[in-house]
Amino acid sequence: MRALNRKLLRDLWRLRGQVLAIALVIASGVAVLVMSLTALEALQGTAEAYYERYRFAQVFASVKRAPERLASRIAALPGVQAVETRIVELAILDIEGFAEPVIGILASIPERGEPQLNRLALRQGRFVAPGRPDEVVISESFSEGHGLGPGDHLHAIMNGHKRRLDVVGVALSPEYVYSIGPGALMPDDQRFGVLWMGEEALAAAYDLDGAFNDVALSLLRGAASEDVIDRLDLLLARYGGIGAFDRKDQVSNWFVMNELDQLKNLATILPTIFLSVAAFLTNMVLNRLIAIERSEIGLVKAFGYSSLEIGWHYMKLVMAIAGLGIVIGWSLGSWLGNFLTETLAEQYRFPFIYYRPGPAAYAIAALVSLGAALLGTWGAVRRAVALPPAEAMQPPAPPLYRRTRMGALAARLDQPTRMIFRQILRWPLRSAMTSLGVALAIAVLIISLHWLDSITHMVQVYFFDAQHQDVTVALVEPQSSVVTREFARLPGVLAVEPGRQLSVRFRSGQREKRESISGLPRDAWMQPAYDAGGEAVAIPPEGLVLSKKLAEILAVGRGDSVTVEVLEGRRPVREVPVAGVVETYIGTAAYMSLEAANRMMRERPSVDLLHLLVDPRQQAALFAELKELPEVSAVMLRRATVDKFYETMARIMYIFITFYIVFACTLAVGVAYNSARIALSERGRELATLRVLGMSRLEISYILLGEVAILVFIGLPLGCLCGAGLAWLVTDLFETDLYRVPLVIEPSTFGYSILIAVAATVVSAALVRRRVDRLDLIAVLKTRE
Amino acid sequence: MSTAADAQSPDPAEPARTRGVTLRACGLTKVYGSGEVAVHALRGVDLDLYESELLVLLGASGSGKSTLLNILGGLDRPSDGRVWFRDLDLTAASESALTRYRRDHVGFVFQFYNLMPSLTALENVALVTEIAPKPMAPAEALALVGLEDRLNHFPAQLSGGEQQRVAIARAIAKRPDVLLCDEPTGALDSTTGIRVLEAIESVNRNLGTTTALITHNAPIASIADRVVRFGDGHIVEVTENPDRRPAHELEW
Repeated sequence: MRALNRKLLRDLWRLRGQVLAIALVIASGVAVLVMSLTALEALQGTAEAYYERYRFAQVFASVKRAPERLASRIAALPGVQAVETRIVELAILDIEGFAEPVIGILASIPERGEPQLNRLALRQGRFVAPGRPDEVVISESFSEGHGLGPGDHLHAIMNGHKRRLDVVGVALSPEYVYSIGPGALMPDDQRFGVLWMGEEALAAAYDLDGAFNDVALSLLRGAASEDVIDRLDLLLARYGGIGAFDRKDQVSNWFVMNELDQLKNLATILPTIFLSVAAFLTNMVLNRLIAIERSEIGLVKAFGYSSLEIGWHYMKLVMAIAGLGIVIGWSLGSWLGNFLTETLAEQYRFPFIYYRPGPAAYAIAALVSLGAALLGTWGAVRRAVALPPAEAMQPPAPPLYRRTRMGALAARLDQPTRMIFRQILRWPLRSAMTSLGVALAIAVLIISLHWLDSITHMVQVYFFDAQHQDVTVALVEPQSSVVTREFARLPGVLAVEPGRQLSVRFRSGQREKRESISGLPRDAWMQPAYDAGGEAVAIPPEGLVLSKKLAEILAVGRGDSVTVEVLEGRRPVREVPVAGVVETYIGTAAYMSLEAANRMMRERPSVDLLHLLVDPRQQAALFAELKELPEVSAVMLRRATVDKFYETMARIMYIFITFYIVFACTLAVGVAYNSARIALSERGRELATLRVLGMSRLEISYILLGEVAILVFIGLPLGCLCGAGLAWLVTDLFETDLYRVPLVIEPSTFGYSILIAVAATVVSAALVRRRVDRLDLIAVLKTRE
Repeated sequence: MSTAADAQSPDPAEPARTRGVTLRACGLTKVYGSGEVAVHALRGVDLDLYESELLVLLGASGSGKSTLLNILGGLDRPSDGRVWFRDLDLTAASESALTRYRRDHVGFVFQFYNLMPSLTALENVALVTEIAPKPMAPAEALALVGLEDRLNHFPAQLSGGEQQRVAIARAIAKRPDVLLCDEPTGALDSTTGIRVLEAIESVNRNLGTTTALITHNAPIASIADRVVRFGDGHIVEVTENPDRRPAHELEW
């Protein structure tokens, strides 16, 4: 082995503490990126493969009742590849031992053979047998929520009749990857389930023999879904179609895609910040590390090594350090990525996981890290080799310090304190870099931790400030507003607030969006139009109140008007003025007064949604009654929704955030340890001299660590500022159609971030302090380093 | 100049209560490493440093003189043998007692000055006087070495000789009982070196500080009261020098 290479190995061993600290900083950046990107890649790949393999449809439409013969006409539409007609109904389910009414979707499957589209992945048992009308296959999430499996039974109120259904199988469907009930935001395995029944059995139960009320299509390659949708709408209009829609608007898929978008943000924005911070720290640390090597560089150069050879030598040193970091980051990132994918896949109900990470994430992480490391080294090495060897071998001439105008303060300082201040002021850039390093570590802690504040705030506003009902009941059909009084008489009901949900398509120029309009009574208080700014907004007698996000999508503002195509009833199309815009954190809601909605529909006062305030002591009695009411299609509990929200969305966030916090701590320790350690190498001789002169270990530790402490102290407020700025940026980038997570940073978040950074510094200082205690006092008497 | 009363001959087992002895070394050995690679830096050294004397340690590099100085200064411990500073057994002293000893009693002058670059001449001296029990004013110490008009200069603004004189001022400002100088002129040209020796000499004469000075430069020996010649870890020869030459008469 060449001598220079041997030196390399020895140097690596001598610097092992720092090598590890720097490698861990690099590893943090790399691991976060690899973890996030591979998990994202895996989920996207899994979703795609699942959709492909189980033939997830591309266009969906519901109708009131269409004759089966229409299927061939649909199949003949240009661009259509396959057609699957079926019957889909909502029903209230009654499960033994579970007090609350459960919402069920009953969907038909062919009694012989598999459906053409939206095939089921059978997990347990078998499919329904022909001629056995009471057999059902249930969704896996629902099966797990209630411990139901083949051989068990449950009851459903079907078309006003209570029926016993026998579970024969458990399955997954690409249509219900995100198994979500009407009006819910999160999957609730106990309060929502999908049941697949034989087509004939379901047709018989709902008087739909020879007819269908739902159709799914797949398209030929290259066919434009908009054209197919337009033609399909024309075809279905007279059968009560409420508007065909693309796969991207299909509820489960929309949620999955939204969450993948969100994941993409979590997986790209934060890791990018992490990797940049790690790269910056690597650069800073290595720059100083090489600067210390100055006399050795001069020596080696004096022996006749060329600048290139010396540069290469240090590049190898840095590549070894960065390489170690990258390898640690890769392995850790892969492991965490796999773990994360499995955890998330559970959430999404995929029958299989497609975890085959491509090289991109690994390559990006490695290149950025290595590049930053080499760049940091290059500057320092270049400065060192530029010196004539004789000069480089000398220690740098004592830097010229200046008396600084510290005024009256200066007179009170003792010499050690004066040394600290002069040191900082003499090297303002280096000092600033150290402070900035600490600040960035705090900033990443803040952007990791503030999610929790923001989510808590979002939940508070959306579920508690903006909603006050306990239970929301959806009706099968709109009914006369008399129904409000009927519900008010149910046991435990303290107050009732009616509402009307209209399926509509908004159009404004080229822009369009399928949404529903909430018709609200003028004095709505249980579920009013609520502005996230903190108040309920009065609904004007005419016109729409749009959520800000929806107004953005349609590019309209207050005073503009939008085209509303109602997709039910007489299907009116109206120009409606936008009377107001409110900020909402979740969804893209639109509101209208109940009277105006009824007028637009040319209906008598009618309602299809009832918000109830319930006496908790009589809740059970209420549920028992609701289960028996044929006009009820769904029952939603606010409390359960909030709980589910925390269980699912929050769980995903917590997992990510926990990882981010751990990595942020690593960054903090890496910066603090290296800063103190390098300061020690730079000033070892000075400190040893002071020891010889009779200063105690404590006194010289004060000089060394006092400087680090002051720089960290400066970094704290700076970090809070950077953190708040980055959090603002991230929040802004994080917006999806579904969520606008508000920027909220609680004081405690700043507090915890500072505390973690200070703790990291104290630990690092303690480690360095041990080295201070072992300073070689004799060496300084003779040699110059 | 001696203050204490009894004048017994050195006894290796007894502390240096002897009148006029500031530091006493008995049977010092120092071995670095072990086995085949063991280096014997000291192979049994007995030496007393008397109050107020100027002792010069001469010898080739590696002869053990620096090791002896380090042990006398409380920076290192012998492998065997004992060292007393007055009543204090340095070989048995704790780490913090050694720090205390250096802080209160010893002044060091290094070959390479070792000034704090971030402090002015005055502040470099104040660094030591702030922690010493009975120091002189920093400006006074600097005046003793002829730097009264360079008080507010930083090390980078001083010549090598001036820096070394700041180092001497720093060493004597605490009014040490022992001044230990390791090659104080090693990095200086002869004219500057002589100015530095003059400063050491004047401290020794005027303050009566026991001074040990290491050099490999034989002519310097003529300013000493006693010259101890080292070779291969032993004291080879001790020469009394009744007629000290003033430093300004030196030439090399």
